[in-house]
Amino acid sequence: MIKSNNISLLSGFNAMFRRDCFQYLKNPSQLLNPLIFFVMITAAFPFAINSSKLQLTQIGPGIIWVMAILSYLLTLQHLYSDDADDGCLDYIILSPQPLPLLVLAKICAHWFSSGLPLIIISPIIGIIYQMQVDTILVMIATLFFGTFALSLIGSIGASLTISINNSNILVSLLVLPIMIPILIFGARTIGLHQTGSTTISGLYFMSAYCMFALSFSPFASAAALRIGSE
Amino acid sequence: MWAFLHKMASPRYFYKIASSLVPWFLPSGLLLMVIGLINGLFYAPPDYQQGDAFRIIYVHVPAAYISMMAYSLMAFAAFVALIWRIKIAHAVIVGAAPLGAWFTFLALLTGSIWGRPMWGTWWEWGDPRLTSELLMLFLYLGYMALRASIPNLAQADKLSAILILIGAINIPIIHFSVEWWTSLHQGSTLLKAGGPAIASSMLYPLLAMIIGTTLYFGSLLLVRTKAEVINREKHSRWAKKMLLGNQL
Repeated sequence: MIKSNNISLLSGFNAMFRRDCFQYLKNPSQLLNPLIFFVMITAAFPFAINSSKLQLTQIGPGIIWVMAILSYLLTLQHLYSDDADDGCLDYIILSPQPLPLLVLAKICAHWFSSGLPLIIISPIIGIIYQMQVDTILVMIATLFFGTFALSLIGSIGASLTISINNSNILVSLLVLPIMIPILIFGARTIGLHQTGSTTISGLYFMSAYCMFALSFSPFASAAALRIGSE
Repeated sequence: MWAFLHKMASPRYFYKIASSLVPWFLPSGLLLMVIGLINGLFYAPPDYQQGDAFRIIYVHVPAAYISMMAYSLMAFAAFVALIWRIKIAHAVIVGAAPLGAWFTFLALLTGSIWGRPMWGTWWEWGDPRLTSELLMLFLYLGYMALRASIPNLAQADKLSAILILIGAINIPIIHFSVEWWTSLHQGSTLLKAGGPAIASSMLYPLLAMIIGTTLYFGSLLLVRTKAEVINREKHSRWAKKMLLGNQL
């Protein structure tokens, strides 16, 4: 057994995380295009429908959440396929570090570079949809838990399809049914807050779902990557 | 018991046993379905609330039951296939998926037809069973789409088995999140259908239909799995011998 040069688990995680973040920063268009897509399409809805204030506040949470999921699905193709194309993935799989941990680092980097910008930009969309300031805060909270859960679930879909070219639509087909609980609770919690109800139960559910996905997603993704790169 | 299971895991014995089971499953299933349908449609008394419209229950409930049973079966087979690497289990999943998808579609269709006179609408988003059945159909379709797009058989087997397990652990969450969502929302007054516990003259045809449909599903599953097994094993000696018979 080769001694792995005193590299701790955390350092492997950190190295993977930083490397992936730099990879994303090197191609900013990969990150920005889904964000611009998110902003443009959510801003297009008020043109298409009756844009009265009441109607906008009613449909706003749903549209913001559906569009967040759609733009998020667009970013999933870069999670593993770039590494699979240039051969880095084989080295990641062969490394002495546990693969689920490295996968988790990749997922965190993906959230950091796709989920976080989406959360930062979301207040603008909230204002477009006539939300109050405290509703926007609730929306940010739902997006915080929700996008991390989306990264975790999306990682499974992306890892299942690494051996397939142009798998973008296929990934959406695979993971959308599993993402529905996030969509329901994300949008409903914002909607409940607008009607003055309590929202803490919805946030509890979203964080619980996030933890639940955290418990199986790295392992399922790692298994799928191993099989897919055989 | 274990010896029997080990035998079943071999494609050759599975093929043999499946071939001998189909002639029992198919006629008995069809017979029970005919009995159940005739009794249910003509002899069971009309429901005191729903009149004769309730009779679609004799198609709807078996279809819905099979759609869930088939996914559980696929999840169990995926579990077995991934952990004990039993090849037959992959063939069972391939055989069950289109059948399960079709019964899910039937359950949705009959539910929708039933909903029209009862709830006054073809589709009711407020009913958790209806919407989670729809998501189940999406899970079936996603499995078939993934399976169809991976050319390598071994990879397709394992990756789609992972997908099935992920779907299976999410089905309860999907169901309960839809249910909680509707309980957060105001309750629909249309959905108070059902009434009292079902009378025995209505129940027996339903049980006959459920058992009959299960046997019918089982025989179709065996036929499809047999075809899948023979396709996978077509280069083995026993398959060649059996298919070509005395030409060899």
